[in-house]
Amino acid sequence: MKIGVITFPGSLDDRDAQRAVRLAGAEPVALWHGDHDLHGVDAIVLPGGFSYGDYLRAGAIASHAPIMAEVIDAANAGMPVLGICNGFQMLAEARLLPGAHTRNAHQQFIRRDQKLSVENADTAWTNQYETGAEIIIPLKNADGRFVADDETIRRIEGNGQVVFRYVDVNPNGSMNDIAGVSNERGNVVGLMPHPEHATEPGFGPDMTDAMRSGTDGLAFFTSAIATLTRV
Amino acid sequence: MPTILVEVMPKAEILDPQGKAVAGALSRLGKDRYTGVRIGKRFELTVDGPVDDAMLAEVREIAEDMLANTVIEDVVSISVTE
Repeated sequence: MKIGVITFPGSLDDRDAQRAVRLAGAEPVALWHGDHDLHGVDAIVLPGGFSYGDYLRAGAIASHAPIMAEVIDAANAGMPVLGICNGFQMLAEARLLPGAHTRNAHQQFIRRDQKLSVENADTAWTNQYETGAEIIIPLKNADGRFVADDETIRRIEGNGQVVFRYVDVNPNGSMNDIAGVSNERGNVVGLMPHPEHATEPGFGPDMTDAMRSGTDGLAFFTSAIATLTRV
Repeated sequence: MPTILVEVMPKAEILDPQGKAVAGALSRLGKDRYTGVRIGKRFELTVDGPVDDAMLAEVREIAEDMLANTVIEDVVSISVTE
Protein backbone atom coordinates (compact mmCIF):
# COMPACT_ATOMS: atom_id res chain seq x y z
CA MET A 1 0.00 0.00 0.00
CA LYS A 2 1.66 3.23 -1.15
CA ILE A 3 0.49 6.67 -0.04
CA GLY A 4 2.16 9.60 -1.80
CA VAL A 5 2.89 12.90 -0.09
CA ILE A 6 3.51 15.81 -2.46
CA THR A 7 6.19 18.33 -1.56
CA PHE A 8 5.55 21.87 -2.86
CA PRO A 9 7.98 24.79 -2.54
CA GLY A 10 7.12 25.88 1.01
CA SER A 11 5.59 22.65 2.32
CA LEU A 12 6.34 22.24 6.04
CA ASP A 13 4.52 19.11 7.07
CA ASP A 14 5.38 16.71 4.25
CA ARG A 15 7.81 14.75 6.45
CA ASP A 16 5.29 14.53 9.29
CA ALA A 17 2.66 13.29 6.83
CA GLN A 18 5.09 10.66 5.52
CA ARG A 19 5.79 9.56 9.10
CA ALA A 20 2.05 9.35 9.85
CA VAL A 21 1.58 7.15 6.77
CA ARG A 22 4.33 4.81 8.00
CA LEU A 23 2.92 4.71 11.55
CA ALA A 24 -0.47 3.77 10.10
CA GLY A 25 1.09 0.83 8.26
CA ALA A 26 1.47 2.02 4.68
CA GLU A 27 4.52 2.92 2.63
CA PRO A 28 5.03 6.68 2.18
CA VAL A 29 6.21 7.86 -1.22
CA ALA A 30 7.66 11.35 -1.64
CA LEU A 31 6.14 13.08 -4.69
CA TRP A 32 7.38 16.34 -6.24
CA HIS A 33 5.17 19.24 -7.33
CA GLY A 34 7.12 19.77 -10.56
CA ASP A 35 6.74 16.18 -11.82
CA HIS A 36 3.98 14.68 -13.92
CA ASP A 37 4.32 11.34 -12.12
CA LEU A 38 2.40 9.80 -9.20
CA HIS A 39 4.89 6.86 -8.99
CA GLY A 40 2.10 4.30 -8.78
CA VAL A 41 0.71 5.42 -5.41
CA ASP A 42 -2.72 4.26 -4.17
CA ALA A 43 -3.61 7.48 -2.32
CA ILE A 44 -2.29 11.04 -2.09
CA VAL A 45 -1.76 13.55 0.71
CA LEU A 46 -1.34 17.28 -0.01
CA PRO A 47 0.44 18.47 3.14
CA GLY A 48 0.31 21.69 5.11
CA GLY A 49 2.66 24.61 5.31
CA PHE A 50 2.87 27.10 2.47
CA SER A 51 3.30 26.87 -1.30
CA TYR A 52 4.79 29.24 -3.86
CA GLY A 53 4.70 31.93 -1.15
CA ASP A 54 0.89 31.72 -1.23
CA TYR A 55 1.25 35.04 -3.05
CA LEU A 56 -1.96 35.09 -5.07
CA ARG A 57 -4.18 33.36 -2.52
CA ALA A 58 -3.31 30.48 -0.18
CA GLY A 59 -2.86 27.37 -2.35
CA ALA A 60 -3.81 29.17 -5.56
CA ILE A 61 -0.58 28.87 -7.52
CA ALA A 62 0.05 25.34 -6.20
CA SER A 63 -3.35 24.28 -7.54
CA HIS A 64 -1.87 24.86 -11.02
CA ALA A 65 1.41 22.98 -10.30
CA PRO A 66 2.42 20.35 -12.88
CA ILE A 67 1.57 17.35 -10.68
CA MET A 68 -1.93 18.72 -10.02
CA ALA A 69 -3.00 17.56 -13.49
CA GLU A 70 -2.37 13.96 -12.39
CA VAL A 71 -3.88 14.60 -8.92
CA ILE A 72 -7.09 15.95 -10.47
CA ASP A 73 -7.38 12.97 -12.85
CA ALA A 74 -6.72 10.50 -10.01
CA ALA A 75 -9.23 12.24 -7.70
CA ASN A 76 -11.88 12.18 -10.40
CA ALA A 77 -11.18 8.46 -10.92
CA GLY A 78 -11.85 7.81 -7.21
CA MET A 79 -8.39 7.71 -5.65
CA PRO A 80 -8.35 8.78 -1.97
CA VAL A 81 -6.91 12.32 -1.75
CA LEU A 82 -6.43 14.21 1.53
CA GLY A 83 -5.63 17.91 1.75
CA ILE A 84 -4.37 19.22 5.08
CA CYS A 85 -4.38 23.00 5.77
CA ASN A 86 -2.51 24.45 2.75
CA GLY A 87 -3.37 21.19 0.96
CA PHE A 88 -7.06 21.82 1.72
CA GLN A 89 -6.70 25.31 0.27
CA MET A 90 -5.13 23.80 -2.89
CA LEU A 91 -7.97 21.30 -3.32
CA ALA A 92 -10.53 24.10 -2.96
CA GLU A 93 -8.60 26.26 -5.46
CA ALA A 94 -8.47 23.27 -7.84
CA ARG A 95 -12.28 22.95 -7.44
CA LEU A 96 -11.94 19.37 -6.24
CA LEU A 97 -13.63 20.52 -3.03
CA PRO A 98 -16.42 23.07 -2.51
CA GLY A 99 -15.88 26.49 -0.92
CA ALA A 100 -12.82 28.68 -0.44
CA HIS A 101 -10.67 30.13 2.32
CA THR A 102 -10.12 33.70 3.44
CA ARG A 103 -8.09 35.37 6.17
CA ASN A 104 -9.16 34.36 9.69
CA ALA A 105 -11.99 36.64 10.82
CA HIS A 106 -9.87 37.92 13.75
CA GLN A 107 -6.92 38.65 11.37
CA GLN A 108 -4.42 36.66 13.43
CA PHE A 109 -2.47 33.46 12.98
CA ILE A 110 -3.76 30.87 15.43
CA ARG A 111 -2.24 27.67 16.81
CA ARG A 112 -4.19 25.50 19.22
CA ASP A 113 -5.10 21.91 20.02
CA GLN A 114 -8.55 21.91 18.43
CA LYS A 115 -11.55 19.76 19.25
CA LEU A 116 -13.51 18.56 16.21
CA SER A 117 -16.59 16.47 15.71
CA VAL A 118 -16.56 13.82 13.00
CA GLU A 119 -19.73 14.62 11.06
CA ASN A 120 -19.33 11.96 8.38
CA ALA A 121 -17.52 8.68 9.08
CA ASP A 122 -18.30 7.31 5.64
CA THR A 123 -15.48 8.91 3.62
CA ALA A 124 -12.22 7.41 2.38
CA TRP A 125 -10.33 9.20 5.17
CA THR A 126 -12.76 8.90 8.13
CA ASN A 127 -14.22 5.37 8.03
CA GLN A 128 -12.25 4.27 11.11
CA TYR A 129 -14.05 6.89 13.23
CA GLU A 130 -17.64 6.77 14.51
CA THR A 131 -19.95 9.50 13.27
CA GLY A 132 -20.29 12.02 16.12
CA ALA A 133 -16.90 11.14 17.61
CA GLU A 134 -14.95 14.06 19.09
CA ILE A 135 -11.23 14.22 18.39
CA ILE A 136 -8.43 16.66 19.27
CA ILE A 137 -5.77 17.51 16.68
CA PRO A 138 -3.56 20.59 16.26
CA LEU A 139 -4.67 23.57 14.18
CA LYS A 140 -2.35 26.32 12.89
CA ASN A 141 -3.30 28.77 10.17
CA ALA A 142 -3.82 32.37 9.13
CA ASP A 143 -6.16 31.79 6.18
CA GLY A 144 -8.49 29.18 7.60
CA ARG A 145 -11.92 30.76 7.35
CA PHE A 146 -14.06 28.41 5.25
CA VAL A 147 -16.60 30.29 3.13
CA ALA A 148 -19.08 29.35 0.42
CA ASP A 149 -22.28 30.83 -0.96
CA ASP A 150 -25.63 29.94 0.67
CA GLU A 151 -26.59 27.47 -2.03
CA THR A 152 -23.27 25.59 -1.69
CA ILE A 153 -23.57 25.51 2.10
CA ARG A 154 -27.10 24.06 1.80
CA ARG A 155 -25.94 21.49 -0.73
CA ILE A 156 -22.88 20.25 1.18
CA GLU A 157 -24.80 20.17 4.49
CA GLY A 158 -27.56 18.14 2.78
CA ASN A 159 -25.15 15.74 1.09
CA GLY A 160 -23.10 14.96 4.20
CA GLN A 161 -20.08 16.67 2.66
CA VAL A 162 -19.36 18.52 5.90
CA VAL A 163 -16.93 15.99 7.36
CA PHE A 164 -15.59 17.89 10.40
CA ARG A 165 -16.93 20.72 12.51
CA TYR A 166 -15.12 22.81 15.14
CA VAL A 167 -16.34 22.11 18.68
CA ASP A 168 -16.34 24.61 21.61
CA VAL A 169 -14.31 27.24 19.71
CA ASN A 170 -14.62 28.34 16.09
CA PRO A 171 -10.98 29.40 15.67
CA ASN A 172 -11.23 31.36 12.42
CA GLY A 173 -14.85 32.35 11.75
CA SER A 174 -15.58 29.48 9.35
CA MET A 175 -19.19 29.32 8.17
CA ASN A 176 -21.31 26.76 10.08
CA ASP A 177 -18.18 25.91 12.14
CA ILE A 178 -16.97 23.86 9.14
CA ALA A 179 -13.45 22.47 9.65
CA GLY A 180 -13.37 19.97 6.79
CA VAL A 181 -15.36 18.90 3.74
CA SER A 182 -15.39 16.16 1.12
CA ASN A 183 -16.37 15.88 -2.51
CA GLU A 184 -19.69 14.20 -3.32
CA ARG A 185 -18.08 10.80 -3.77
CA GLY A 186 -16.22 11.00 -0.43
CA ASN A 187 -12.78 10.08 -1.78
CA VAL A 188 -11.42 13.64 -1.60
CA VAL A 189 -11.32 15.19 1.89
CA GLY A 190 -9.79 18.45 3.09
CA LEU A 191 -9.52 20.04 6.51
CA MET A 192 -7.65 22.90 8.16
CA PRO A 193 -6.40 21.10 11.32
CA HIS A 194 -3.44 18.70 11.11
CA PRO A 195 -4.12 14.99 11.77
CA GLU A 196 -0.49 14.10 10.93
CA HIS A 197 0.62 15.97 14.07
CA ALA A 198 -1.47 13.66 16.28
CA THR A 199 -0.25 10.20 15.36
CA GLU A 200 2.51 9.31 17.83
CA PRO A 201 2.53 9.38 21.67
CA GLY A 202 4.99 11.98 22.90
CA PHE A 203 4.55 14.23 19.87
CA GLY A 204 0.79 14.88 19.79
CA PRO A 205 -1.53 17.42 21.40
CA ASP A 206 -1.95 17.53 25.18
CA MET A 207 -4.75 15.27 26.36
CA THR A 208 -6.43 15.07 29.76
CA ASP A 209 -4.48 11.98 30.82
CA ALA A 210 -0.99 13.00 29.66
CA MET A 211 0.85 15.78 27.88
CA ARG A 212 1.52 15.36 24.13
CA SER A 213 -0.15 11.95 24.14
CA GLY A 214 -2.86 12.63 21.53
CA THR A 215 -3.02 10.25 18.57
CA ASP A 216 -6.54 11.06 17.34
CA GLY A 217 -5.23 11.80 13.84
CA LEU A 218 -3.89 8.32 13.09
CA ALA A 219 -7.31 7.02 12.00
CA PHE A 220 -7.22 9.32 8.92
CA PHE A 221 -4.42 7.19 7.55
CA THR A 222 -5.75 3.81 8.71
CA SER A 223 -9.08 4.83 7.12
CA ALA A 224 -7.39 5.32 3.76
CA ILE A 225 -5.67 1.95 4.12
CA ALA A 226 -9.04 0.33 4.99
CA THR A 227 -10.63 2.03 1.94
CA LEU A 228 -7.92 0.67 -0.35
CA THR A 229 -8.02 -2.79 1.20
CA ARG A 230 -11.79 -2.99 0.68
CA VAL A 231 -11.60 -2.16 -3.00
CA MET B 1 4.30 49.01 -23.96
CA PRO B 2 0.60 48.13 -23.58
CA THR B 3 -0.52 47.00 -20.14
CA ILE B 4 -3.70 45.08 -19.42
CA LEU B 5 -5.20 45.95 -16.04
CA VAL B 6 -7.29 43.38 -14.19
CA GLU B 7 -9.10 44.43 -11.03
CA VAL B 8 -10.40 41.87 -8.55
CA MET B 9 -12.53 42.57 -5.47
CA PRO B 10 -13.82 40.31 -2.71
CA LYS B 11 -17.52 39.60 -3.22
CA ALA B 12 -19.79 41.99 -1.35
CA GLU B 13 -21.11 39.28 0.98
CA ILE B 14 -17.61 38.03 1.92
CA LEU B 15 -16.16 39.42 5.15
CA ASP B 16 -13.01 41.42 4.34
CA PRO B 17 -11.11 41.56 7.64
CA GLN B 18 -8.23 43.54 6.11
CA GLY B 19 -10.60 46.24 4.88
CA LYS B 20 -12.25 46.28 8.28
CA ALA B 21 -8.87 46.83 9.95
CA VAL B 22 -8.19 49.84 7.69
CA ALA B 23 -11.69 51.21 8.37
CA GLY B 24 -10.98 50.91 12.09
CA ALA B 25 -7.68 52.80 11.70
CA LEU B 26 -9.40 55.61 9.74
CA SER B 27 -12.00 56.07 12.43
CA ARG B 28 -9.29 56.14 15.12
CA LEU B 29 -7.59 58.92 13.11
CA GLY B 30 -10.81 60.93 13.25
CA LYS B 31 -11.57 60.32 9.55
CA ASP B 32 -15.07 59.27 10.42
CA ARG B 33 -16.95 60.06 7.20
CA TYR B 34 -16.04 56.70 5.68
CA THR B 35 -18.45 53.93 6.55
CA GLY B 36 -16.52 51.07 5.02
CA VAL B 37 -13.27 50.02 3.34
CA ARG B 38 -12.79 46.99 1.14
CA ILE B 39 -9.43 45.91 -0.25
CA GLY B 40 -9.05 44.34 -3.68
CA LYS B 41 -6.24 43.56 -6.09
CA ARG B 42 -5.00 45.13 -9.30
CA PHE B 43 -2.95 43.04 -11.73
CA GLU B 44 -0.87 44.66 -14.50
CA LEU B 45 -0.09 42.32 -17.38
CA THR B 46 2.43 43.85 -19.79
CA VAL B 47 2.73 42.65 -23.37
CA ASP B 48 5.17 43.36 -26.19
CA GLY B 49 2.83 43.63 -29.12
CA PRO B 50 -0.63 45.07 -29.73
CA VAL B 51 -3.59 43.93 -27.63
CA ASP B 52 -6.35 42.38 -29.72
CA ASP B 53 -9.73 40.89 -28.88
CA ALA B 54 -8.33 37.36 -28.75
CA MET B 55 -5.79 38.42 -26.13
CA LEU B 56 -8.43 40.20 -24.08
CA ALA B 57 -10.58 37.06 -24.23
CA GLU B 58 -7.61 35.04 -22.99
CA VAL B 59 -7.00 37.53 -20.15
CA ARG B 60 -10.67 37.24 -19.19
CA GLU B 61 -10.18 33.46 -18.98
CA ILE B 62 -6.97 33.83 -16.93
CA ALA B 63 -8.70 36.33 -14.65
CA GLU B 64 -11.68 34.05 -13.96
CA ASP B 65 -9.59 30.86 -13.64
CA MET B 66 -6.56 32.03 -11.73
CA LEU B 67 -6.24 35.73 -10.82
CA ALA B 68 -9.59 35.59 -9.03
CA ASN B 69 -11.20 32.76 -7.11
CA THR B 70 -14.80 33.33 -8.20
CA VAL B 71 -16.09 31.55 -5.09
CA ILE B 72 -15.00 34.57 -3.04
CA GLU B 73 -13.97 37.25 -5.56
CA ASP B 74 -15.28 39.03 -8.67
CA VAL B 75 -13.31 40.27 -11.67
CA VAL B 76 -14.65 43.83 -11.69
CA SER B 77 -12.78 45.23 -14.69
CA ILE B 78 -10.35 44.46 -17.48
CA SER B 79 -8.90 47.42 -19.36
CA VAL B 80 -5.88 48.40 -21.47
CA THR B 81 -3.45 51.30 -20.97
CA GLU B 82 -0.39 52.31 -23.00
